[in-house]
Amino acid sequence: MYRYDEFDLSFVKQRTEQFRDQAERRLKGELTEDEFRPLRLMNGLYLQLHAYMLRIAIPYGTLSSKQMRRLAYIADKWDRGYGHFTTRQNIQYNWIKLEDTADILDALAEVEMHGIQTSGNCIRNVTTDHWAGAAADEIADPRPVGELLRQWSSLHPEFSFLPRKFKIAVTGAPNDRAAVKVHDIGLRLHKNDKGEIGWEVLVGGGQGRTPMIAVMVRDFLPEKELVPYLEAIMRVYNLYGRRDNKYKARIKILVHELGAEKFRSEVEAEYARHPAQTTEVDQKELARIAEYFALPQLEKLSRFAPHFEQSKLDNKEFARWARNNLAAHSTQGYTIVNISLKPEGGIPGDATGEQMRVMADLAERYSQDELRVSHAQNIVLPHVKLEDAFTIWQELRKHDLAAANYGLAGDIIACPGLDYCALATARSIPISQAISRKFADLDKQEKIGPLKINISGCINACGHHHVGHIGILGLDKKGEEFYQITLGGSSGDSASIGTILGPGFAGEEVPDAIEKILDTYVKLRQPGEEFLAAYRRLGPAPFKEALYAAA
Amino acid sequence: MSEIEKGQVMTANRLRDGEVVFLTRAGVWAMAIDEAVLAQEPQAVAALEARAKEDEKATLVTGSYLFDAERVNGKIRASHIRERIRAQGPTVRLDLGKQAEGTAGSFAAVEG
Amino acid sequence: MQLLRNNAFVADAWATLADDAPLAEGARAIVSFARLQKEWDTLAKHTGLLGVAVPNTLRAEELAPYVSRLALIVLAFPSFTDGRSYSLARQLRLDGYRGELRATGNLLPDQLQFMLQVGIDTFEVSERFPLEMWQKAARQMALTYQRGFTHAADEREVWSQRHQGFAAWEEQPHAG
Ligand code: SF4
Repeated sequence: MYRYDEFDLSFVKQRTEQFRDQAERRLKGELTEDEFRPLRLMNGLYLQLHAYMLRIAIPYGTLSSKQMRRLAYIADKWDRGYGHFTTRQNIQYNWIKLEDTADILDALAEVEMHGIQTSGNCIRNVTTDHWAGAAADEIADPRPVGELLRQWSSLHPEFSFLPRKFKIAVTGAPNDRAAVKVHDIGLRLHKNDKGEIGWEVLVGGGQGRTPMIAVMVRDFLPEKELVPYLEAIMRVYNLYGRRDNKYKARIKILVHELGAEKFRSEVEAEYARHPAQTTEVDQKELARIAEYFALPQLEKLSRFAPHFEQSKLDNKEFARWARNNLAAHSTQGYTIVNISLKPEGGIPGDATGEQMRVMADLAERYSQDELRVSHAQNIVLPHVKLEDAFTIWQELRKHDLAAANYGLAGDIIACPGLDYCALATARSIPISQAISRKFADLDKQEKIGPLKINISGCINACGHHHVGHIGILGLDKKGEEFYQITLGGSSGDSASIGTILGPGFAGEEVPDAIEKILDTYVKLRQPGEEFLAAYRRLGPAPFKEALYAAA
Repeated sequence: MSEIEKGQVMTANRLRDGEVVFLTRAGVWAMAIDEAVLAQEPQAVAALEARAKEDEKATLVTGSYLFDAERVNGKIRASHIRERIRAQGPTVRLDLGKQAEGTAGSFAAVEG
Repeated sequence: MQLLRNNAFVADAWATLADDAPLAEGARAIVSFARLQKEWDTLAKHTGLLGVAVPNTLRAEELAPYVSRLALIVLAFPSFTDGRSYSLARQLRLDGYRGELRATGNLLPDQLQFMLQVGIDTFEVSERFPLEMWQKAARQMALTYQRGFTHAADEREVWSQRHQGFAAWEEQPHAG
């Protein structure tokens, strides 16, 4: 894991001091709200429905046990005993006071964390594959580049007042778990015949009001050119991105309006005009960072884990959890544990201070002191011995953390929606809870197979509904909440935007509608065919028929 | 027969801690929506707006705005679910927010 | 309005000229970009120093033909959140412009550091904030991760510092 040196530490401390000063000036009336808003947003502080909300960056989703404990401490001391893990691998607290915020930021700085650029029209927290550095299918760990970009984008003098927010995702595996095609910039690692590393650069993907799949501007950018090349892209966007309409201000609109060719030539012209003076320092820095991410010293274990195998035979529930929640690790005898934060009827992504401490303890004991936050709002223990899996499961069970629904119908992504969010048009959590209860039967979930149900409480799409196999979007129809269903979205390699099926539903009708869709799928699927594949083969017609044909 | 009057309520967040507050007849900010004044005449609405602006300047509150509401049997019911949730707390955590602190309004966020 | 330069309020030696006002011989005059384009033939022969005020929608290429003759370029920051002129300033400095860059608009001390870092030298600021606030703001964040953005002796580039020996950003893009 990356560790701060004196520079990083003093950088974050200076920033916290600056915020303390700004908050004091605001409270004294020396800054107006209009002036203070962009300043507080750049430190992660929003004004939400019930109070201030503080969003804390978890760079590329990686946390140490100590950091997780600090998050628990903040939840207990300054919030109401819980936090919400977001779809951008961050955590947010819903009941924060402005007058406490600088103290919280100090407490975070002590464990090398901050809220810098978790909001505002700047480069946001860089996200990546939640199994980075552990996944069996990985070419190389993308987190060193994630950290390099975190540093490079932090308080960038030129790019702190962009037309709109800017999200970068990085992946180092051929199976894209970072959704690089629906980010402002997506970076995808490749290795050529000579064993050199290069990055495919994708630009202009996004969700929100106008969902778009990114276009490729470079297929193999040499790694050493990464920072100067990204500066060229950012400069083109900062200068020419639209600022007249906030819904047209993301880079995807610029790419779309210019056309991919013209956009690419603008970037290349800018890049050629201001060539990097030298990239040696970038390379040295990347090499320095990479050392922190070396795979931890794992033991040489045999392929066969007798205790693990026996526990599965003895305990059906554990066997089910092991089947669904464990993923292949690159090292023999190890596994990746996915802790589902989606108990039946629960609030997706919420964890109590107590649960955070339990997960921190488990990570410390069994997972090289490391945890990950996934964009599906779950927690990952990345380096676990198979032989420890049963003990971990038993402990998780005691704390309502052992839901065996990872990647299934119950593992729903939902944004906070109208229960917390000032921008929402409808609630999303209650819909998620109702669906989760409807499909409480895990046999049924397993029979349906891998499924992503994603719910957003407004068109901003924080719940990633466009790329859910089943997407649900909450809207407001004359003061009433209603929900639009889309099918066939995906954020993976063959990323696609879901298609709206037809007229929307009232909240209480949604679970039945989802059931009809899934019944139709189960009836029509070919052996082994997953939902997404079946939908792509069948098209929307049979699902429409099931939903809208007169009863 | 219940008596229903329609009008507007002024709300904001308290600057220092973000607490949701409503402007009362006495010109102070209350935690509970039922204490809010329901402005029915343009003059009354203008008075609320002026007061809110002043209190924003005085750094008491921030983000003030008016919302539609009605008074039913002396209690205030916001027309839109969003404002009812703000006056109560999250519908998915009844243990949190005004509904848990004794400052909730009389009308649930979701009826029925 | 006051002019801030090097942590002090200084007298402004420049005068902004209306588009129809005559240009006095030897004067230091700021003209609009439209006038610069239209009257270039005469302006090029001006005996005094020439400055131009540019909108933040201008492309650096459009300014290129005139740059070598300009002693001052005034950049617009129409609102706190409109960041186009940061890039324009950076481009001009990277292109080798060494004259004065000046920021106008409703400027806040909280953005001063970024402006200094992209190479802006002078700032037209309102009387609302006392000098000490600007001085404090200029000191507040002395570290940059990005290379080529330091502007004062006590500022440090983190990456270059970490890898001593590569400390020199070969060519300081900012004028003195
Ligand atoms: S999608 Fe809308 S409702 Fe949900 S968190 Fe984002 S802004 Fe709020």
